[in-house]
Amino acid sequence: MTDVSRRRFLQTGAVTAATLPFLRALPAAAAGDDVLVAVNGQTINSLDLHRTGTNRPSYQVAINCYDRLVSFGTKPSSGGGLEFDYSKVEPELAESWTVSDDGLVLTFTLRDATFQDGSPVTAADVKWSFDRAVSLGGFPAVQMKAGGFTRPDQFAALDDKTFQITLDFPSKLAIPDLAVPIPFVINSKVAMANATADDPWATEYLHKNTIGSGAFKVARWTPGEQLVYERFDDWASGPTPAYKRVVIREVPSSATRRAVIERGDAQVSFNIPSKDALELSEKLEVNSTPIANCINCIGLNTNFAPFTDSDVRKAVAYAIPYESIFQVAAYGRGAPLWGEETERSDIAWPRKTGYYEDLDKAKEHLAKSGYPDGFEVPFSISLNQLDWMEPAALLIQESLAKIGITVTIDKIPGADWRTASLVEKRLAFHLEGFGGWLDTPDYYFFWAYKDGHLFNSSNYRNEEIETLVDTTLHIPVDDPAYTPNVKRMFEIALDELPRIPLWQPALNVALNGADDYEFWFHRQLDVRPIKPV
Amino acid sequence: MRARLIIARLIQAIPVVIGVVVITFILTRALPGDPAVYFAGDAADEASIQQVRETLGLDKPLPHQFLQYVRDLVRGDWGNSLSTGQPVLADLARRLPASLELTLLALLLSCAIAIPLGVMAATSPGSWKDHLCRVLVTAGVSLPTFFTGILLVYVFYYLLDIVPSPLGRLDFIYIEPDSITGFYLIDGALTGDWETFRGAAKQLVLPATTMAIFTLAPIARMTRASMLTALSSDFIRTARAAGLARRKILMGYALRNALLPVVTTLGMVFSFALGANVLVEKVFAWPGIGSYAVDALVASDYAAVQGFVLAMALLFVALNLIIDLVYALIDPRIGFDS
Repeated sequence: MTDVSRRRFLQTGAVTAATLPFLRALPAAAAGDDVLVAVNGQTINSLDLHRTGTNRPSYQVAINCYDRLVSFGTKPSSGGGLEFDYSKVEPELAESWTVSDDGLVLTFTLRDATFQDGSPVTAADVKWSFDRAVSLGGFPAVQMKAGGFTRPDQFAALDDKTFQITLDFPSKLAIPDLAVPIPFVINSKVAMANATADDPWATEYLHKNTIGSGAFKVARWTPGEQLVYERFDDWASGPTPAYKRVVIREVPSSATRRAVIERGDAQVSFNIPSKDALELSEKLEVNSTPIANCINCIGLNTNFAPFTDSDVRKAVAYAIPYESIFQVAAYGRGAPLWGEETERSDIAWPRKTGYYEDLDKAKEHLAKSGYPDGFEVPFSISLNQLDWMEPAALLIQESLAKIGITVTIDKIPGADWRTASLVEKRLAFHLEGFGGWLDTPDYYFFWAYKDGHLFNSSNYRNEEIETLVDTTLHIPVDDPAYTPNVKRMFEIALDELPRIPLWQPALNVALNGADDYEFWFHRQLDVRPIKPV
Repeated sequence: MRARLIIARLIQAIPVVIGVVVITFILTRALPGDPAVYFAGDAADEASIQQVRETLGLDKPLPHQFLQYVRDLVRGDWGNSLSTGQPVLADLARRLPASLELTLLALLLSCAIAIPLGVMAATSPGSWKDHLCRVLVTAGVSLPTFFTGILLVYVFYYLLDIVPSPLGRLDFIYIEPDSITGFYLIDGALTGDWETFRGAAKQLVLPATTMAIFTLAPIARMTRASMLTALSSDFIRTARAAGLARRKILMGYALRNALLPVVTTLGMVFSFALGANVLVEKVFAWPGIGSYAVDALVASDYAAVQGFVLAMALLFVALNLIIDLVYALIDPRIGFDS
């Protein structure tokens, strides 16, 4: 979109929506109910989620400008407003679908929808888009694999309106994985017209242009400054959004973002610090929804000497000042995960662990361990996430000193953090905050407790967990084996404690003059449901 | 004659630029962090990280990567920034004018205050004027820019509401002017688009003031010091004895001689300010070059860091040349001949 000249822009603006207030000198107040201004602190670096190097904030473009086959329903959220409901899969671009009896063949019937250039959406477009999602590699391919989609030959366009997926094995994750931002539907005719021999998937073109059937299209994009969405009035897959134009402004300083939202010059401030959320909640509408399937926890690397001892891990768990960390690092936003264990009959996740601050118990466990006199250990935190990691680390340091464990805090540069903690898994004692998009406990365990998997920063390996996760991951939640298996996973993980859950973090969003914000698992701003007050 | 000497100076700059290219290449590679891991995304596994590494060409040996980089550079391709997803050259072309516009305006503002202030202080050392100068200067250096910035935003935007929201170079209701120089004020004036000109000027007020307060100190101090030296020198005593007008002595003889060290300081302040911009840019959401470089560093974005350092090196070569030329204008005794 960067090549759109101002003259062209004004012309097209005049043709499509003559009334829009993008012209020279209209005071912000007169912008009225047609324009939504949202501020956030991060850069959108591509309009194409599938491209190598596309960062997380850019996912919102896929959400707002493209359709997926299915989406999730919504339910009231504990953080105020609505949040997605993982248990309810709802149609988006697909009008209806059927699953074969053996669970291997998924057949989708598409609704009558058009792309933003007016051409109809066909099953061939869906097939091309899905092929692209599994072929370009990187994170999109990994996420597609989670649902069992790995090869283009699994996808077939039976006719213009019928799209079929053949799975290698039945999986409860297959259909939910179609609602994540990755498998979005692209106008394949336009894309192919812009593809080259070196670039058969048109990544260069899609990097700068949105060609979907979604509710918005990107009208202007200046990386590092702003992105402007313009409504697509013929959007078929949902109710017409209230705003004609949405301006996403990048404001790195959280102090400036706070001033702007308080003054009402922006209507949405996305992902604000917990401190601001606490203070603003007295004046504005602030939504702090605990992030589904996400836990901020302490990682105890089982490859490193003191932490190989399960009593040492328990001693640490009883010496953590949970409440103070939650208040100081998260300002009480989110959900506590310590204290009396959630009923074992319940398979809710994240859950309370049964551990709490009790220095006597901690000393008991330490005395039983191979390190009765304590030990010294570095505690690693990321310089990029100091806002919650630093206060947490300091409190942990102070508290562990009381039972004889000397902790030195080691700050690791942001660019090195993922390599050190997740890829090489070489941090003995650290903080970790994985959240799974697909909201089932076994999915969390798959990433965070299985040996060798990315978010298992503790190098944890337990043979029973390995088999339990493998057998449970794809079976339906109403399978008789499901609940007992998940309970057994909880039991093992909370007894062995390679990770000590601290709290479930919240995503904080402040609204001033806008309403109906919905929290989504992808933690990006879905502008489609937002309305003026 | 002068043109030939300028060319000679430019040729002298070539080894400097080559050195910068080599050193930045090595330094960026020595940074901690693995861009392939960083850019492979949140849930990428070993295989997809390796895939990203190959796409980025980071699996090749370093000398090979360096040759590739130099070859692209010679062809005018500065590479693609991973964190913004744009060609580095395009990023710099858009961001450098934003930074320069802000820095130059701030320096202009700062000079307009600091030089008269310094002169005033020097003419009556020890008086209230001198103390005023000292207080302003001390306040200026001791307030960090991000603090001044946030304070100004709080007072003038949040409380008084007399400046527009501190959201970058233009409020979202304006459209940026056609890019001629990339300086919105100049482009607005050239195209006669005075609405945009006014809009851009309003956005500039607070950040430029913030930077001006910060850069005030060295300029005022240097003006005062060199004015004091000039005023106590023999030629001024002679001029006074000859009964020349006070104004003529002060402006014509003392100040002109005192300006040389001030210009040197100005050059240094300029380079320093361009780098120290980062905090101001963050507070005012200014899409400048400082925040670009810092973000690139945090993400181990090699091409962007290299491009930034190279652009700065080129800028300083040009800046030093300009300062040398200005010397010769101020003081005819300094020529290029020596």
